[in-house]
Amino acid sequence: MSSLWVNLAYIVAAVMFIFGLRMLGSPATARSGNALSSGGMFIAIVVTLLSKGIVEFHWIAIAVAAGALVGALASRLVAMTSMPEMVALFNGSGGIASLLVGWAALSGAHAGIGAVTAFTAVTVFLSVMIGGVTFSGSIIAWAKLAEVMPSGAVVFAAQRLINGAILGGLVVCGVFFALAPAPDSYLFYGILGLALLLGIMAVIPIGGADMPVVISLLNSYSGLAACAAGFAINNNILIVSGSLVGAAGIVLTNIMCKAMNRSLANVLFSGFGAVKTAAKVEGEVKPIVAEDAYLILEAASSVAFVPGYGMAVAQAQHVVRELGELLEANGCEVSYAIHPVAGRMPGHMNVLLAEANVPYDQLVEAKDINPRMPNVDVAVVIGANDVVNPAARDDEASPIYGMPIINVDHARTAFVLKRSMASGFAGVDNPLFFGTNTRMLFGDAKASVSALIAEFK
Amino acid sequence: MELIPVYLAFILILAIFLGFELISKVPATLHTPLMSGANAISGITIVGALLAAGAGGPSWLATLLGAAAVFFATVNVVGGYLVTDRMLGMFKKKPDESD
Repeated sequence: MSSLWVNLAYIVAAVMFIFGLRMLGSPATARSGNALSSGGMFIAIVVTLLSKGIVEFHWIAIAVAAGALVGALASRLVAMTSMPEMVALFNGSGGIASLLVGWAALSGAHAGIGAVTAFTAVTVFLSVMIGGVTFSGSIIAWAKLAEVMPSGAVVFAAQRLINGAILGGLVVCGVFFALAPAPDSYLFYGILGLALLLGIMAVIPIGGADMPVVISLLNSYSGLAACAAGFAINNNILIVSGSLVGAAGIVLTNIMCKAMNRSLANVLFSGFGAVKTAAKVEGEVKPIVAEDAYLILEAASSVAFVPGYGMAVAQAQHVVRELGELLEANGCEVSYAIHPVAGRMPGHMNVLLAEANVPYDQLVEAKDINPRMPNVDVAVVIGANDVVNPAARDDEASPIYGMPIINVDHARTAFVLKRSMASGFAGVDNPLFFGTNTRMLFGDAKASVSALIAEFK
Repeated sequence: MELIPVYLAFILILAIFLGFELISKVPATLHTPLMSGANAISGITIVGALLAAGAGGPSWLATLLGAAAVFFATVNVVGGYLVTDRMLGMFKKKPDESD
């Protein structure tokens, strides 16, 4: 196939990606949008294989078969609660693929034409740098999410200085590499090593609750890495698709930051700073047992569930849905209030509840439920903490002050399902627990909800 | 010849603006599938990987690196699309009362 036809086919693939992404924006069309976009990918791969540039197939066949097997198995076997880890690993594999493409472009160009141009060197530098940061950053994000390493922020003295030095070193290596590009240049290996190191250093200071921001940012990087690889090999389809993904990731990152009322710089560079000390909360918690909680729920005509990461940890989404159905059968209006940063990735709670068969039109965003909150009889908080902390609204000294929250404390009654009285990720006391309308239902979320279900039966 | 980088940059800028326009209005429910679907698209780097692995040039290193890139990009593409499809298959509307 001549390169004219190949490039025309790339245009078709790009259009399919664009429509696919647009269709992913509405629940009714999302699935076909994803199928359309995979069709675009299929076309791009097939015409590339048919192009004149490819003369040797055995390595490709082996690598594609192995990769497809791994990808298919991983996507089938992963539990929905582990989805953030999965997305992190896929981001990482995209990143390292782009890194390797940049590297291959370098050694291939050298072997082919004898000299590497400065333009190629700069683009190889960018794809190795962005791809490397994406890869090692994603691995660290995965390790934190899977709790292979502690999920808290790792902060130490002169951290910013060290990270700045690594970045500076990268840029210096990049400049000298571009001035005298050579595939066996020690500068290239320096770039490779520093990029991987930078990815690690950039993600370790970011704590578990900020993971939604990191995951969407790494998603953006994986696109930008593909984009840079596209420059390295002069390929339009990589540039177009990579920058679409890059932009999508930035938009999501921005949404996540807004949902926490923090700037991206604040999330990236300051592990949740305990700079200010919030007003110490004094008061008495009022525990409740399942039997009494049942009596209140049974009389309620409107109930809102507010899930958080704790629901994912306890795998409680199925029993929550069951309780919701029992309440509905009892004539109660049930909704699920989802905070944008609840969980460990954008939309985490929505995916879990979808898995448990909760219809998506029952899920309400924070800004829509808040005006209705005074009419909600019972708000049931399941493993959420910071996103329902009234201090974010009322206490100017609180580290999370200004973060939009779900106003659970405005409901007639709030049940908080919680393991113990430990404070949330931010290490901030939560006045909600001491509120006059709040009842604490201590214990494992799944066990507590199951106990409520047993009362209904 | 020296204009090629400029053309590529032109394409880059337009695609970034297009991306912002496309994504800006996605409901929160779909944030995860959007992310993993977009991630699968970033596996487009497989095209570059295939070209590197199959070039059959004198550089065995380029072939080896290309083959490794093909492997990782395939994981990204196949896994990304399948997992997105699996998630989206779970998103259901409330059954219509009138049915």
